[in-house]
Amino acid sequence: MLNQDRLLTQTHDYRLRDDVDINAAAPAPSVQWYTTALPRAVLKALARRDDLRAGQNYALWLLLLLVSGALAYSSWGSWWAFPAFALYGVIYSSSDSRWHELSHGTPFKTAWINESLYHLCSLMTLREGIRWRWSHARHHSHTVLVGLDPEIHATRPPNLFFLLLGWTYMRAGWMELCVLIEHATGRINRDAALYVPRSQWPAMVLSSRLYLLVIVVAGAVCPAYDSVLPAMFIALPRFYGGFLHFTQAITQHIGLAEDVFDHRQNARTVLMNPVFSFLYSNMNYHVEHHMYPMVPFYRLPELHKLVRHDCPAPYANLRSVYREMIPAPIRQRREPAYFIQRPLPAASTTR
Amino acid sequence: MTLWIEVCDSNAILEEDVLHFEQDTRSFAICRGEDGAWYAVDGLCTHEQVPLADGFVFGHALECPRHQGRFDIRTGKALRAPACVDLRTYPIKVEHGLVYLALD
Repeated sequence: MLNQDRLLTQTHDYRLRDDVDINAAAPAPSVQWYTTALPRAVLKALARRDDLRAGQNYALWLLLLLVSGALAYSSWGSWWAFPAFALYGVIYSSSDSRWHELSHGTPFKTAWINESLYHLCSLMTLREGIRWRWSHARHHSHTVLVGLDPEIHATRPPNLFFLLLGWTYMRAGWMELCVLIEHATGRINRDAALYVPRSQWPAMVLSSRLYLLVIVVAGAVCPAYDSVLPAMFIALPRFYGGFLHFTQAITQHIGLAEDVFDHRQNARTVLMNPVFSFLYSNMNYHVEHHMYPMVPFYRLPELHKLVRHDCPAPYANLRSVYREMIPAPIRQRREPAYFIQRPLPAASTTR
Repeated sequence: MTLWIEVCDSNAILEEDVLHFEQDTRSFAICRGEDGAWYAVDGLCTHEQVPLADGFVFGHALECPRHQGRFDIRTGKALRAPACVDLRTYPIKVEHGLVYLALD
């Protein structure tokens, strides 16, 4: 086992390090993360995939997307278009949490359903599927380890303007588009080259071209019909309707500890109402998800009940998170070493 | 010459399960499929060297606990990314209630 301390830097240089070959066969680069002990049989029961349960969730989502899309279409040209498209955009942007779940391959028992929906949701949320599958694997290997995790959203000190832009998806979406174009031309982005194995590069280039083709066609149809309406249904919803997703997703790690091997210290679990949890695929149980990523989203509430005695108390709602979270990046502007220390249960240990 | 190493009792694990076994510096995942048959593959995931015995067997697929890469325990074939490189398989047999693994 590689010495875990060797993975850590004190430089706060958030660029991905190129001196650690994560995908090398040896030495074993796995790190040991803290987990709350559970009986193996219990964990296996939680990890079982259920086509029916996942299918009901995804069918409802697609139905809501269809109905809200029809409402939005029929309201075009009136003031009702604003709330109707906001609703459609919010439901559309649920594709981001669904992309995430499907990247783990956990919702459906049937692999081809997982994979098909994965690419659909990846396209909808503008995250090219092959690159992001590997990026996210890295995020789980090295969650909020500086220089190793490609998915750290707020540096220390943070750029508050960039953080605020997250509600519009303008910056993240623009960066996605840039990498998509770069890969579509056959050039591999510097960071992607560090975490996507070379054997996957041809597939990633092909996939980038296909994604780009869909986006270009959606964009090209607009002038042909002399209307922005087609793009209001494809691609743009991720920008104008992503505010709720970002409101939820930003709570995952912002302001918490860096460079610790304990997801109870660098991730949050937040209780949410059923509608928000549905749209967010239960990712509000984020500590549990990181601790046991093999558990499908629909069983995370059960997992939460089994591990909560060993975890910090969950936040009661989004308001309680924001009350604690908002001051953190502001304070980190002048005090980069500051972070929110999550209180562990008395009998618990940490890494 | 093939060397047969005693691994465990034949009732050490049930169907659709896996146990970790080490011999010298090598590690193996000793698996049983849904049909109850025994299989042996490399013990570490080819993606990031995570011990596969911490994962689960579903049908004949062994899933890595960290990133959900999957392998067919009968052939070692990588079934799902981020696992892209196949596992090596090893002969295994059950005799007189004991499980043996063949090493060359």
